[in-house]
Amino acid sequence: MRRELDGILTYIDKLRAVDTEGVPPTSRAVPMTNVMREDEPKPSCPREDMLANAPDRAGELFRVPRIIEE
Amino acid sequence: MLTGLSVHELAGRFRRREATPTQAARAYLDRVAALDPKVKAYMTVTADRALAQAAAADARFQSGRPLGLLDGIPLAIKDVLCTRGIRTTCSSRILENFVPPYDATVVAKLLDAGAVILGKLNMDEFAMGSSTENSAFFTTRNPWDLARVPGGSSGGAAAAVAADLAAATLGTDTGGSIRQPAAFCGRVGLKPTYGRVSRYGLVAFASSLDQVGPFGKDVRDAALVLQAIAGHDPMDSTSVDVGVPDYSAELEGGVKGLRIGIPAEYFIEGLDPEVEAAVRAAIDSLRGLGAKTESVSLPHTEYGLAAYYVIAPAEASSNLARYDGVKYGLRVPGARDLIDMYSRTRGAGFGAEVKRRVMLGTYALSAGYYDAYYGKALRVRTLVQRDFQRAFERVDVIVAPTTPGVAFKMGEREDPLQMYLNDVFTIPVNLAGLPGVSIPAGFTQTGLPVGLQVIGKAFDEATVLRVARAYEAATSWHERKPELTP
Repeated sequence: MRRELDGILTYIDKLRAVDTEGVPPTSRAVPMTNVMREDEPKPSCPREDMLANAPDRAGELFRVPRIIEE
Repeated sequence: MLTGLSVHELAGRFRRREATPTQAARAYLDRVAALDPKVKAYMTVTADRALAQAAAADARFQSGRPLGLLDGIPLAIKDVLCTRGIRTTCSSRILENFVPPYDATVVAKLLDAGAVILGKLNMDEFAMGSSTENSAFFTTRNPWDLARVPGGSSGGAAAAVAADLAAATLGTDTGGSIRQPAAFCGRVGLKPTYGRVSRYGLVAFASSLDQVGPFGKDVRDAALVLQAIAGHDPMDSTSVDVGVPDYSAELEGGVKGLRIGIPAEYFIEGLDPEVEAAVRAAIDSLRGLGAKTESVSLPHTEYGLAAYYVIAPAEASSNLARYDGVKYGLRVPGARDLIDMYSRTRGAGFGAEVKRRVMLGTYALSAGYYDAYYGKALRVRTLVQRDFQRAFERVDVIVAPTTPGVAFKMGEREDPLQMYLNDVFTIPVNLAGLPGVSIPAGFTQTGLPVGLQVIGKAFDEATVLRVARAYEAATSWHERKPELTP
């Protein structure tokens, strides 16, 4: 994996050869500003449907291993 | 044989009462049962649901009120698009048992149009790959030569259409994942403009590049399916609210007087001579049909791949952070604490290519490297986009090879960088967000399909499809079928 990543990074280094002085970055192809909508309450996915895929649950909660050390 | 028909031919049979949706669904399910053990296109076959949907379509035809041309048509979906109640694996161990609580917008639109969903299709894990060899479960085979790959990442979607295991399919394309397998499997694959089709319910890989599109047996079918899935969706803020034209109406307009650009940078060393010959012959045919061809330059083409392998892994590393074993998906038990649970789950749940890209992406985004890698790649992306803008001031479409070579043998490309180089002609189109289609343009001496790529201006799928259809109507490559026996 290390050798493969080295190879890919070496290939990516060819970007250094490109003169990007004064070129703005493009993070998405179609220019877009904030998309606004009315803030209206709507029904969303039922809780039981969202919990159905939980690997471990306690009632209506997702159960996870201990986070805080003793 | 109903399974040999295109979508528009099958729709005609339904309308003339020469066949029913149930007959078509059964024919496809029988063929899948007989041939998919060889082709391995399907992750999941949903036979019972399909037959129930077909029966509902039968009833609509009997009452004289079919919904539209897709009513009762058997389709299949790449396993990266959420299907309510049907597991959606992304061909990954981490989502092996994930059953989405909702449908992707494109799936809902197909169901609303009356389509019959036969099942879900194999792919490279999380759409990262060019061969389906990165599927955590199995590799799909190329129907033209079962020892070869179908391309990827939408390899199952391409192989299913090529082997008549579905009338048409949906795939996704982040760097070529529709067009490259369409080329390898000798069928039509269309990547729409970024923003043309909703990504809601598409499991994200690289959000600024991902787009959903159709595979069809011919250009008309691709246009029909695009029509059904295109359009603004309030659930995807990056889908664009622009009008959707009637793609079928403009399809037969021909190419007389159309200006076609040929990019010099796509005819380079490393291009298979048989691919080059087929593509040059296709350009001659288009000229013969009345198009004007001229040379254009896309000078930053050679940097597109490098920019992509910074941008796509960067976005993927962020998107895939959600697989933490908490709310859905795999959780490996026996962890000491939460961090241990994360690392065990992600260590066991992700394959090598996904891990490689997550590491590349987090590296490119890390403090100290951000400007040198991610910032630089975004600036190069601007230059790639400007190349296309300049070319499209002079021409209506650009025509080029889809891939440098034809379908390769399974196991042949073990080095990831060699695999990435497959996508050198498709990636710039994603970076610029443009529409592109791959259509069959001939075969090599050994009988492997060659793809021709038609690239258009943003939101001008209509012209892309018109050029593709004009070429298709003048040739018969799309009529050739692979020989498959159970």
